[in-house]
Amino acid sequence: MSSEALTHPAEPAKHASAGDNYLTNGFSLKSWLLTLDHKRIGILYLISVSVFFVIGGLAASLIRLELITPAGDVLSHETYNKMFTVHGVVMVFFFLVPSIPAVLGNFLIPLMIGARDLAFPRLNLLSWYIYIVGGLFTLTVALTGGIDTGWTFYTPYSSMFSNTYVAMAAVGVFITGFSSILTGLNFIVTIHKMRAPGLTWFRLPLFVWAHYATSLIMILGTPVLASTVALVAVERVFHIGVFDPALGGDPILFQHLFWFYSHPAVYIMILPAMGVISELISTFSRRPIFGYHFIAFSSIAIAAIGFLVWGHHLFVSGQSPYAGLVFSFITFLVAVPSAIKTFNWTATLYKSSISWDTPMIYAMGFMGLFLIGGLTGLYLAAIAIDIHVTDTYFVVAHFHYIMVGGAVMGYLGGMHYWWPKITGRMYPEGWAKISAVLIFAGFNLTFFPQFIVGYWGMPRRYHTYAAEFQVLNVMSTAGASVLGFAYAFPVFYFLWSLKYGKKAPSNPWGATGLEWQTPSPPPTTNFDEVPVVTEEPYHYPMLEPERV
Amino acid sequence: MLLSFLPIPDQASTQAVSVDTLFLVFTALVVFFTVLVCVVLIIFSIKYTRGTKADRSNPLDGSLKLEIMWSVIPLFLAIGAFGWASHVYFEMVHPPADAMEIHVVGRQWMWKIQHPTGQREINELHVPVGRPVKLTMTSQDVIHSFFIPAFRVKQDVVPGTYSQLWFEATKPGTYHLFCAEYCGTEHSRMIGSVVVMEPQAYEEWLQSGTTSESMVAAGERLFRDKGCSGCHAGTSSVRAPILNGVYGGPVPLDDGSVVTADDMYMRDSILLPKKQVAAGFKPIMPTYQGQLSEEELFQLIAYIKTLK
Ligand code: HEC
Ligand code: HEM
Ligand SMILES: [Cu+2]
Ligand SMILES: [Cu+2]
Repeated sequence: MSSEALTHPAEPAKHASAGDNYLTNGFSLKSWLLTLDHKRIGILYLISVSVFFVIGGLAASLIRLELITPAGDVLSHETYNKMFTVHGVVMVFFFLVPSIPAVLGNFLIPLMIGARDLAFPRLNLLSWYIYIVGGLFTLTVALTGGIDTGWTFYTPYSSMFSNTYVAMAAVGVFITGFSSILTGLNFIVTIHKMRAPGLTWFRLPLFVWAHYATSLIMILGTPVLASTVALVAVERVFHIGVFDPALGGDPILFQHLFWFYSHPAVYIMILPAMGVISELISTFSRRPIFGYHFIAFSSIAIAAIGFLVWGHHLFVSGQSPYAGLVFSFITFLVAVPSAIKTFNWTATLYKSSISWDTPMIYAMGFMGLFLIGGLTGLYLAAIAIDIHVTDTYFVVAHFHYIMVGGAVMGYLGGMHYWWPKITGRMYPEGWAKISAVLIFAGFNLTFFPQFIVGYWGMPRRYHTYAAEFQVLNVMSTAGASVLGFAYAFPVFYFLWSLKYGKKAPSNPWGATGLEWQTPSPPPTTNFDEVPVVTEEPYHYPMLEPERV
Repeated sequence: MLLSFLPIPDQASTQAVSVDTLFLVFTALVVFFTVLVCVVLIIFSIKYTRGTKADRSNPLDGSLKLEIMWSVIPLFLAIGAFGWASHVYFEMVHPPADAMEIHVVGRQWMWKIQHPTGQREINELHVPVGRPVKLTMTSQDVIHSFFIPAFRVKQDVVPGTYSQLWFEATKPGTYHLFCAEYCGTEHSRMIGSVVVMEPQAYEEWLQSGTTSESMVAAGERLFRDKGCSGCHAGTSSVRAPILNGVYGGPVPLDDGSVVTADDMYMRDSILLPKKQVAAGFKPIMPTYQGQLSEEELFQLIAYIKTLK
């Protein structure tokens, strides 16, 4: 940390030339691939998670195409099964888990806390490389033959019966896990140690709180996942009995281990999105977040309780009914902090001054979809209902409402909000609004019918299905087509804006966070002068009564 | 039915009605909260859009009273919902003592079913209406899940263990039977039907097949053929426990603990005799792992159960 700004805090150093920023600091491939700048690493992640999103999306398109008719007429059984596996593995481990933390978190946390970089810039770059190596492993598997176990890798199917490249894919997931762990570690140390003077814990933006909670889960949960998939690979390769009863193993043990990570992992996916939404709602309503402390602590509560509910994925696995009841009860409890957040965001709008820019539209979309996703979680928490709907499309709809309706909406909202900061360009607002509305509509048309068809009894992961389920499946596929197009728009206008977009001012939305006090795009060192924080977060001037 | 306009699927078991009632009440609650939040959101959105005239004096940055209210109300609702749902669940887990037992073996990708009379069927399950039926199930390979949507019941079928599921059908007809746990290539073909029949018709159906021997008779034959009787018949020279009356009772083990002799204990005694050794005996029983099919195990256990 030897910036000029630090050595001469009194006189802010002028930039050598205006427009000198992290993007212009070297143009060679090497300057990107060996960069230690958290902002550039954020961009590397942006590009890579986008590629994975496209791959996962293509697999989803094939799945929806196949499901237009009850018969299996587009793909073979094998290919269909590989498609939903690739879709799940890629979307969960290679898109959603890294999306907000590794792209936006990486880019923004140092800016938001007034630091020059993350605590360990080299480790940060290493995380990206680890992620890429894990991703390439998995892609190689997908291209050279595929895997057909589903993203859940249930044993003993995955460990002893599947004839596909399970061990390779497990290695891919295992490797990528380390990337999460290192990123989480980096965030935690950064948030503890590198806050600007005056930036106390309760002056932190909620985005930072959410990432703190997320990082805790990454560090505590991911090692369990890594060991579990490693055990699957060991059983497969060396025939050492761990999960296969024929070898003296216990197949249900796998499910416990898997969900011990994967339930908290769903919070790795949603908490950062909640952090984004808090920022958006505050900025576009010109109000501090209602009940800041409650929102901050509910993130931590969700992260903590989230570790105690994994057994709700095993209600029909033969686990003891009493254990089931305990898990059911705690699952009902975890819904409460989620509800609190929704109420607080709503209350923030009271006596506010809302401007309907694109990010705010995403924030509203998030609220609606997350509400439905969270509330349908309660049906699943009730064992008597879960028995009927588990492993049907009802569960598929539930988690898509949360992970796509919630997390992806949050990610896109955040991308639109910080795009001017990241690139220094504005995107075309009209196009962006149209896409946001289309995404919302397409999403509901795709996934709402799945709640119904699930309750009617259509099992998930079915290549062929009974004729009476067809109408709802056709609706779902129609929705998916809308959704597919709507997701493509931002790719085009974002790219377009890089060249033709209006130049963004340093604070286009009139927001309060520290990241808006430095030029867009930010200089390599983030701030010319270390900022000193003297105010509460979201400290918007009092709105004048009776007026705008 | 009054609610027939709702997208509720066929209700054909006693459980179906209680699960659907629960489902509808949950739905009412969910709709209530969704509408509540959405209406408030919409009102605020319209009223406080920038540029509109509205009273923005004395805004609220937070309120402990409100926070407590909207934490505690959902908390109590959640606890109430949990209580009711658990009550329904407990009625669903415990099969009535007089339930008739049918055995199910799952394998990639078919369901093999055997009735007590020995009648076998594949991917079809015939049951009488109005009588509790208990399925004891296991898998020969990977995990499957036995799912009858019209009955609102589902249970994973796990290799190496027995799982149970019970229902009482209320309406004659033919219903879907699905495998709900992904089990490989032809998972979506691992389907069949459940045929609910009037008791009379069911009896006739049982008679109609080409069954030669009941499960118990088959078990007795195996008990002889596989050499069990050589040790366990009381008259033999080897010291082995007489199996009469063992089933269902407590068994003291040589490590001092006592277990109940249920189906799983029987299964383990035959396949993994070293795992639990009956007190007072030497662990000389050979393992039958790999020598008995899942069906034969069911038959042997059915026979041992009859030894009084
Ligand atoms: C070589 C003699 C031998 C043969 C053959 C044999 N067993 Fe056993 N079995 C024993 C002995 C000794 C024990 C008690 C020690 C133990 O629990 O392992 C026993 C225990 C059992 C038990 C537990 C009884 C209790 O009181 O806990 C069951 C059930 C059983 N055997 C069933 C069978 C069946 C079924 C077969 C044939 C497939 C069979 N056995 C074949 C010797 C034998
Ligand atoms: C807010 C309260 C929530 C409750 C009460 C809840 C409850 C549940 C329950 C009980 C299940 C198990 C269903 C089953 O397998 O039968 C489940 C599945 C799932 N939930 Fe949630 N959930 C909630 C929020 C979330 C969130 C926030 C996410 C993700 C960001 C999420 C993602 C998932 C996923 C991915 C699955 C299914 C995984 C699979 O089987 O492939 N849920 N949820
Ligand atoms: Cu979960
Ligand atoms: Cu299956």
